[in-house]
Amino acid sequence: MSDVQVTKEIDARGSFCPGPMMELIRVVRSSEVGDVVAVLSSDQGSRRDIPTWVEKAKHELVGIETLDGYDRILVKKLH
Amino acid sequence: MSDEPRRLAIVIFGGTVDKLYPAAIMTSGAVMNDMDVDIFVTFWGMMAFRKGAPYQVQTVSKDYEEMGAEMMRVMQEKKVPSWYDTLQQAKEIGNVHVHACAMTADLFELGQDDFEPIVDDIIGVGEFIDMAANAATTLYLG
Repeated sequence: MSDVQVTKEIDARGSFCPGPMMELIRVVRSSEVGDVVAVLSSDQGSRRDIPTWVEKAKHELVGIETLDGYDRILVKKLH
Repeated sequence: MSDEPRRLAIVIFGGTVDKLYPAAIMTSGAVMNDMDVDIFVTFWGMMAFRKGAPYQVQTVSKDYEEMGAEMMRVMQEKKVPSWYDTLQQAKEIGNVHVHACAMTADLFELGQDDFEPIVDDIIGVGEFIDMAANAATTLYLG
């Protein structure tokens, strides 16, 4: 995923459910169509909630990287 | 899928942090699911929404009294946002309305100006039950 151009990165490590998810919704809303938003999250709930939300909200889950004690979740705004 | 958004109704009767947090977090969950939320705050729950009150609430239910101080300490140490900040964030992102109970407001002689701005209006129980009847789920947090 190193070739993906990330428009904005949210560092939500250390914050708890529903924090990372809510921050992502806020940032995606204020982004342009085509932007890729990365969320860094160490929260277990968000690891499940974010992909589910992305699918329901009809955006694109570019990928999830599992790093050292946290996830880096990439979301592309489609509309 | 119909165009009408799904709705969640919540009654907050209890005014301790262990009732207020679930209300705020479940409201956030509803917002994630594109649901509109109507929260009816009554009795002790309503007291937590009086001007200046939200950040003063530090106690937990009597049942969990002995664990309260430790829970609050852990939450502060881990920088968990307050129930009120969590609820405000949900309201900023989603379609969330907080209604104060007219009966309780009358009983304690409180008007709209006595509440934090997060409270949208003061309504009667009939109006709230109509909202609940049209909601997918209603939660009662006593």
